[in-house]
Amino acid sequence: MDISLFYFLLLGFAILMYVLLDGFDLGIGILYPWFNSDAEHDHLMRSVSHVWDGNETWLVFGGVILFGAFPSAYALLLSSLYLPIMLMLIGLIFRGVAFEYRFKSHSSKMWWSRAFAIGSTLAAFCQGLMLGVVVQGVPSDAVQGSSLQLLTPFSLLTALSVVAGYALLGCAYLVMKSRGAIQHKAAQRGRLLLWLVMIAMALVSLYTVLADPLIWQRWFGGWHTLLLLPLPLLALAAARLLYRDLGRVRKSHHLAEQVVVKHEDRPFWLAVSLFVLAFVGLLVSLFPYLLPRQLSYQQAVAPDHSLWFMLPGVLIFVPLILAYTLWGYRIFAGKVEDFEEGY
Amino acid sequence: MDIDSTQLSAILSRLQFAFTVSFHIIFPSITIGLATLIALWEGLWLKTRNPVYLQLAKFWIKPFAITFGMGVVSGIVLSYEFGTNFSKFSELTGAVLGPLMAYEVLTAFFLEAGFLGVMLFGWQRVSERMHFFASCTVAVGTWISAFWIIAANSWMQTPAGHKIVNGRFEVESWFEVIFNPSMPYRLSHMLLATLLTATFLVMATSAWYLLKQQHQAFARKALSLTLWLALLLTPLQILIGDFHGLNVKEHQPVKLAAMEGIWPAREANVPMLLFAIPDPANEKNLFEVKVPGLASLILTHQWHGELQGLKSVPKADRPNVPLVFFSFRIMVGIGLLMMFIAAAGLWLRLRGTLYQSRWFLRLCSLMAPSGVIAVLAGWYVVEVGRQPWLVQGLVRTMDVVSPLPAERVALSLSLFVLTYSLLFGVYLYFLGKLIKKGPPALADLQQLKVGVKASGYAVAFTKNLADETQHQGAN
Repeated sequence: MDISLFYFLLLGFAILMYVLLDGFDLGIGILYPWFNSDAEHDHLMRSVSHVWDGNETWLVFGGVILFGAFPSAYALLLSSLYLPIMLMLIGLIFRGVAFEYRFKSHSSKMWWSRAFAIGSTLAAFCQGLMLGVVVQGVPSDAVQGSSLQLLTPFSLLTALSVVAGYALLGCAYLVMKSRGAIQHKAAQRGRLLLWLVMIAMALVSLYTVLADPLIWQRWFGGWHTLLLLPLPLLALAAARLLYRDLGRVRKSHHLAEQVVVKHEDRPFWLAVSLFVLAFVGLLVSLFPYLLPRQLSYQQAVAPDHSLWFMLPGVLIFVPLILAYTLWGYRIFAGKVEDFEEGY
Repeated sequence: MDIDSTQLSAILSRLQFAFTVSFHIIFPSITIGLATLIALWEGLWLKTRNPVYLQLAKFWIKPFAITFGMGVVSGIVLSYEFGTNFSKFSELTGAVLGPLMAYEVLTAFFLEAGFLGVMLFGWQRVSERMHFFASCTVAVGTWISAFWIIAANSWMQTPAGHKIVNGRFEVESWFEVIFNPSMPYRLSHMLLATLLTATFLVMATSAWYLLKQQHQAFARKALSLTLWLALLLTPLQILIGDFHGLNVKEHQPVKLAAMEGIWPAREANVPMLLFAIPDPANEKNLFEVKVPGLASLILTHQWHGELQGLKSVPKADRPNVPLVFFSFRIMVGIGLLMMFIAAAGLWLRLRGTLYQSRWFLRLCSLMAPSGVIAVLAGWYVVEVGRQPWLVQGLVRTMDVVSPLPAERVALSLSLFVLTYSLLFGVYLYFLGKLIKKGPPALADLQQLKVGVKASGYAVAFTKNLADETQHQGAN
């Protein structure tokens, strides 16, 4: 395999890992307004407080891989998306410090809950907006021209889809990590969000395919349609199964006797697979571009000497990172308990 | 866009970077040293089983956690700011600096984040040895992180191992890029600085407890330990600082001239200026208080040694002299004060009045922010002293700023100023709150463990059981 293609895929992998991992913990923040009591808010935050930092590191990893392997794309993309990036960073700052300060505060606790909820939602919204701008094609005068041109109906749609999608991941995570009323509510809201996410995904896919003849060609222009067909079909199947699983969890709470719900973990993995399928679909449409119709990965790639230097680091450390991240998750496996645990 | 607006935008971008990086560096300069001290105490506890060490580790892990959190969120900003505000710089140097930062993330950031969860929240879930391992891993992670970022910064100070192809930097030798001429000095100077920052923070807090006559055993242990550390580290730091200065003289003579306030193109028998106000417009110093020949002696090891001065380069190639000059004096002044405290501590210890002399305890407790201030001042010397270059002698800062509209940068800069001012106040408030609350009581340190494989439910069950037993005991 061509080494520049390897880095293109690695970048995709980093972004996907970020979306999945920080997706569910940003999702917890987005769900905050749907839960009312302090105790519930404590529970929600506790369920991710030991992992948010690691999850966010994938964002930094994606950034530095772009910087090291595709410097001109890093320069062009980041300066073009200046304001959404700055707002995303401010959002991430507020929701990040809320983890440290909310549990230590008394009178200001409400404000930290708000900082967590608004910060998480703002960060997710900006990420979705940037996704839309990139898919549509970054305006050529984005650096010097008005920032308002980044707000299009399509980028607003992708922004809301990402917010809803992260919230769905958050719901599925809560079904896995909680019991009782919180689990019930997560399942209920999860079903609603799933509808939203599926409609949004359909609209975004439709637009992407219709707006660009090349992308239409790629999906429907020949025998490889058969190869690509499983992507939407699998997504539909995953969504259907997820909807049913969430329904069972919800129903179990309505019955008087305690029904043992099987597969409390499954909704999470189904939601994850939905994201993976959507991401692969996106990759199919955008390949080989980092900035569609402007800059392909081959055009932006760094000299070989830099790529080869990073390679052993990537090959040794990425598997190691995955291993100890998994180990970290296993130590905190099982339901979240409502007592002070920790430092 | 007219010229003025472009320049304004560039200045705002530089201000924003200076502000966000200054804010960020406060936190790692505390956590690198503090992580090391916490791991040290945990190790001492496992070895000696003296509960005061556990108390120290468990107490300082809380300030560590909030400081680390601030470092993480303010650090993410920086990894994106190269691209947003210095897009041309990123494009030119990405092939050199990008891989170094990729290694920083791969070998350090993930490692810290991965084991931090266990260090902070895993007390009941993993064995003591495993927890100690997690704390050590976090500490080592912070050093590795410093290694890579210092390598990247030092390359910008003393670039080596590169070639320029079509106007962009490419690497010829990674070894020379990483271990560039100033890197070993800057790395050791910085690591020692972080150790000293944490040492003096812990020392100040302990002295404050002793003044208030609280937590005596705990505070005495910490004060004694940190004073020994200070006695060991300050002379070493001053020695390494001297080597570092010689390295600056060799590779960045204009920066050195700004640090020492030397104006003539070449000057022999250079005095050491204890105080002066550099006057860049007239190219001289006002109100000099000096020791004749001392700067020559320190920097050339001869009384009459010659040094290169600011006038050896055109005005456009000189940094902001007063800022570098005063920052350098603040850093050195704090270093000498630290050395005095370490020495006075030894003297009082030998006389057996260390824990009673109130003037000394008061002086120690005033030193809480000294490390952070010295680190900031030191970095201003490094960074402002390199100007107008971003990569010494090769890339000018003003040439590689993103051509953004000034209003947009003004908006983001104001947002950062607001956010960071608010958060800094909050940070100090909670730090103060944790310190006022004091260490956990020895009785509460008893841990009930259920092992690695236990589910959260089992942990909760034992915990409740322990609480009930305690209540019954109280009845």
